[in-house]
Amino acid sequence: MQRPYWNPYLAGVGLGLTLLFSYAVLGTGLGASGGITRLAASAAHAVAPAAVEQSPWLGSYFADGSPLAYYLVTMLAGTLLGGLLSAAAAGRVRVTIERGPTAGAGLRLGLALVGGGLAGLGARFASGCTSGQALSGGAMLQTGSFVFTGACFAAAFAVAPLVKKEW
Amino acid sequence: MNLYANDLLAQPIGLLLAMLVGLGFGFWLERAGFGSSRKLTAIFYLHDFAVLKVMFAAMATAAVGLQLLGGLGYVDLDALYVPESILWPQLVGGLLFGVGFVAGGWCPGTAAVGVASGKLDAVLFLIGAGAGSLAFAPLQTSFADFLHAGTCSVGSLPAQLGVSGPVGAAALLVVALVAFVGATKVERWMQRRSQA
Repeated sequence: MQRPYWNPYLAGVGLGLTLLFSYAVLGTGLGASGGITRLAASAAHAVAPAAVEQSPWLGSYFADGSPLAYYLVTMLAGTLLGGLLSAAAAGRVRVTIERGPTAGAGLRLGLALVGGGLAGLGARFASGCTSGQALSGGAMLQTGSFVFTGACFAAAFAVAPLVKKEW
Repeated sequence: MNLYANDLLAQPIGLLLAMLVGLGFGFWLERAGFGSSRKLTAIFYLHDFAVLKVMFAAMATAAVGLQLLGGLGYVDLDALYVPESILWPQLVGGLLFGVGFVAGGWCPGTAAVGVASGKLDAVLFLIGAGAGSLAFAPLQTSFADFLHAGTCSVGSLPAQLGVSGPVGAAALLVVALVAFVGATKVERWMQRRSQA
């Protein structure tokens, strides 16, 4: 039996206190896309080491050894683990393809892959995602973070009617 | 002094404490219901504004907390790592990201929580996000100038407007409270409409 989600204001304040703790102790905010980029870079490096090391940007991740020995990677692992602990305690772990009643599994998985690609690319253009830019930059009142967040929600609202069938 | 200012974020102490922060991050995201892509995307169809409520509550809590701790001298706000404001790539990156968010149903952090909840679509989203990151490698060279377009010498909005940090945080709190009232009104209106 699944327990109900917590009140969004309570969860938001809890998330804000986690972000505050991160700034106070780590000296930086939350981040998720950076860890994914580093995982992808090391996977690519395992397949084609020379090509990755020659890339000016990806190569810089390998200058001081493994790109995985970095706080963003362990933070991502912690995020997964924290999510697992919470979901398990609430009886919410279930292997499934989440989609609306009219969406096929193939459509849902295909759009998840393409959407992930666009989000991953966008996060690198913006040097951050909803964690590093919207939440963390926003909490430090950064203009660029507000621009990112506004653009993100404007684009999502504009495109939403096209993918309504998915949900 | 924090770990970033002491260059300790790639050292064992930094790796460990970041994992602890991540545990909290993932826990709150999941508690809010963000291990579900249908819950996350419901905002774009005006059914459920949990995303807006959680994000604004988190931002306002942290913003007010940072200004308080900074003012009391517990945190040196000038010693923190803060993302630079580079407006054009952040605008374009935000647009791409927003399309990916509503089409894919996740953002990177919530997708990690989705994977933990057993969502196979979250696994695909993360594979896509990894591939999308790598696709940036060739673009990084060809868009070298664009990636610096609109760089702000001062990145903070209150500083640009000539007001203090605490005033900026208080303004963010007011905006958040107004957004909560507005979002709740829209939710009620949508509920009435679907019952009618």
